[in-house]
Amino acid sequence: MKARTWMIWAAIVLLTVLPLWLVSAPPVEPGAEAPSVFGGADERAQQAIGSIAPDYKPWFSPVVEPASGEIASLLFALQAALGAGVIGFWLGMSVTRERARRAAAQNQPPASLPQDRRAD
Amino acid sequence: MHIMEGFLPPAHALGWAAASLPFMAWGLHSVGQSLRAHPERRMLLGVAAAFAFLLSALKLPSVTGSCSHPTGVGLGALLFGPAAMVPVGFVVLLFQALLLAHGGVTTLGANVFSMAIVGPFVSYGVFRALAAFGLSRSVAVFLAACLGDLATYVTTSLQLAWAFPDPVGGIQVSFAKFAGIFALTQVPIAISEGLLTVLVVNAMARFNEHELRALPVMALRKGEGA
Repeated sequence: MKARTWMIWAAIVLLTVLPLWLVSAPPVEPGAEAPSVFGGADERAQQAIGSIAPDYKPWFSPVVEPASGEIASLLFALQAALGAGVIGFWLGMSVTRERARRAAAQNQPPASLPQDRRAD
Repeated sequence: MHIMEGFLPPAHALGWAAASLPFMAWGLHSVGQSLRAHPERRMLLGVAAAFAFLLSALKLPSVTGSCSHPTGVGLGALLFGPAAMVPVGFVVLLFQALLLAHGGVTTLGANVFSMAIVGPFVSYGVFRALAAFGLSRSVAVFLAACLGDLATYVTTSLQLAWAFPDPVGGIQVSFAKFAGIFALTQVPIAISEGLLTVLVVNAMARFNEHELRALPVMALRKGEGA
């Protein structure tokens, strides 16, 4: 990989990991529950709705709700795995095809190879 | 950015669904037409959809102390045009609404509008504008994906502010509140999405140069017709 690619990866990892250090949990008030950090922004929005319109009641509830937080994370992992799998398949296929194309070009004049027609 | 199930009043839920519907029809038509004319693009469209699937499942920590996720729809918008990402985003959101109780069926229209319509269209517009200025492909792709991601979260904030105006300050105060939750959290995550999109586009440029050059958006930069 090129140096620039490594730098981009490093930046992504830093952007993701740094907040974990930068943000500290707010002080726990005596008698109150410990406030949670790194909850979903969606939940914060839900709380904000509660404070703006305390009378609002959701008029519909989810059809199927994951049985627990663990099941939910399983399904999220499944979604990510599906996506990553397809991208991995494409990347592997592309690298192999590129390698085969280069090898073919080295061994024989490319015009005689039928699979090289697409590259023209 | 997923507005939770039941958290939009019925009139708003219906309104956003109605607003998304024509884009959905346009998107389906556009994808069908593109694949009929160029069946070899199926693989890249699959990659673009997989990218959205992968990224929208990753809830990343942010400097505000809460977690949010990228959308991943910018990549496909740059490759296939913004309309093509409407059905893709719809499938992702439907999957999450039905199986994960993340988002919802009643809020699907609003969520499709922010993630699958505003996001891709902003990405596409930013890319075209920057390409016209002659910026390098990486910079244009980065800013397009990054700003498209942010635009999605600003839209969500607007949608919620419209549905729940502050009793004293009205929509503006309410918008500031929701934007503080969504848009601010999203800034580092949008940057990550921009960088990831650059990586994928670079890989495509290296391994699929000929397919990529024939794609409408990328061809634009080199002054070639699709």
